[in-house]
Amino acid sequence: MTLPARRIAARAEAQRLLAHFAAQGAEEVEARVLQPAEELLDLYGEDIRARAFVTQDPLRGEVMLRPDFTVPVVRMHMEAGRDPARYAYAGEVFRRQEAEDESRPSEYLQAGFELFGGRDPAEADAEVFATLASAIPDLHLRAAMGDIGLILAAVDGLSTTAPRKAALRRHVWRPRRFRALLDRYAGRTPLPEGRAALLAAADPFADAGPEIGVRTRGEIEARLGQLRDEALAPPLPAGEVTLIDALLSLAAPLPEALDTLRGLEQDAPGLGPALYRLERRVEALERRGVAVAEVAFEGSFGRTTLEYYDGFVFGLFAAARPDLPPVATGGRYDALTRVLGRGRVVPAVGGVIRPELVVQLRGAA
Amino acid sequence: MTLRLGLPSKGRLMEDAFAWFAARGISLGRAGGEREYAARSDWEHLEPVLLSAGEIPRELEAGRIHLGVTGSDLVREKVARWEERVEELAPMGFGPADVVIAVPRFWVDVETLDDLDAACAAFRRAHGHRLRIATKYHRLTRDFLRAQGVADYLLVDSQGATEGVVRGETAEAISDITSTGETLRANGLKVLSDGLIHASQATLFRSRRAPWGEEERAALENLRARLGL
Repeated sequence: MTLPARRIAARAEAQRLLAHFAAQGAEEVEARVLQPAEELLDLYGEDIRARAFVTQDPLRGEVMLRPDFTVPVVRMHMEAGRDPARYAYAGEVFRRQEAEDESRPSEYLQAGFELFGGRDPAEADAEVFATLASAIPDLHLRAAMGDIGLILAAVDGLSTTAPRKAALRRHVWRPRRFRALLDRYAGRTPLPEGRAALLAAADPFADAGPEIGVRTRGEIEARLGQLRDEALAPPLPAGEVTLIDALLSLAAPLPEALDTLRGLEQDAPGLGPALYRLERRVEALERRGVAVAEVAFEGSFGRTTLEYYDGFVFGLFAAARPDLPPVATGGRYDALTRVLGRGRVVPAVGGVIRPELVVQLRGAA
Repeated sequence: MTLRLGLPSKGRLMEDAFAWFAARGISLGRAGGEREYAARSDWEHLEPVLLSAGEIPRELEAGRIHLGVTGSDLVREKVARWEERVEELAPMGFGPADVVIAVPRFWVDVETLDDLDAACAAFRRAHGHRLRIATKYHRLTRDFLRAQGVADYLLVDSQGATEGVVRGETAEAISDITSTGETLRANGLKVLSDGLIHASQATLFRSRRAPWGEEERAALENLRARLGL
């Protein structure tokens, strides 16, 4: 197939997916290509500059070529949405690929389905997954799932201080810092040189330089107080670190993973509610005809993506083409609605399919 | 056919580069007067081209010069996936300087990146915006902080006098190049103990994208032998 023909096919596939989502009750929505950068920077931090195209509008300031539709769709829903609401969209997204493989496109189509509100999160999760999977049954994709909610529950269940839990929660999506914090809280990392002396000093500012900058003496004193509290806090019990490790390294077919998680819950009752939600989701998936025995559950799935997922996460992959990115991805992002809704939370779950990959895989078959 | 060699067009860096080649039996020098950016070589296969050190990475990346002398920090900052586009032929041992993260010495609670990350989180809660780090090394700094899992900071551009931004209250910390640390200290700043982003020095690079025909490859082999590489 020549390139233009493949592009025509991808556009047709995007329209077909839109029609499929519309048949599930979704309303078609649009988003501007140029999005205000500030909101996205606030959500994702500087990291997004390496993954999205930032440019300058002389009047509007920094703008970004939309790296996904989720944020504009959430914003639109929070301003004038019904409950429940289903949305569908299709269009190009733009991603810088400098950290990835150069052969990956920096501009590609996404067709998406998002579900806001509703009373039963397990049903909503299953509906979104089944809607995406049933749109491309001919590709026989491998499904992988995870649950960020389980990781957050495991952190909340640690027998340690609230500041430590807050720091770990903040870094669930940054595995390296999360690991460094766990090691420190477990007492496996030595204190920085001079730290003990500083905390014991009568005047910690004795050798300090000039008082310059916006960060005040009061802020530094507050942190010294936290460091003193931190030094007194007992180390995390080794068993609890082992539990987090077991959860993060879990990789098994979904039914086996459920058994493993039930075993972990014996030692960590804090996992209970999140595990119950996962079980309800699996039941809902089964009712919709999803072959859950063939789904791979991965404890760390979704921890390094751009998105803001905080619960159910999933991907659909071409098993014979491990070199390709996932054909479909999605998940639950209630926390994103809290940030964009300025305190108001709407349960939200959604996912996208990449039409170019669908066409490429069909062409190869 | 000659190899085009990009050299820094002025100052200490240019003099040191001339001296480095001279010590290896290749005499390079400026042609014409003080104000003329032209250079000569006593070896017919090498054509020196005087360029601003900051432009040499771009010329190497584009393949408009075969070889170039510039700081290893500049290549890493200006060329995405630089290893695929240029090759480090030889570290040259002059122009050493470190790209580092520095914060006010007054921040007695911040010695490591772990501390900086915690300070970023608290700063954002207290001030309603992210802690600003001033730099001209956007790519190096962002890649470093991302790999280290530091969050809730904002990079602000600073093309000069970066050590002064904290006092001027346009940023809270900096990521900058320093050779002795003297300017940092004079401006009330200190380097984080694990804040070394890159130890830079002048380096001879080879462009992978320049035209490498048989003659150019033969000339490069000859040059490698002369330089003992």
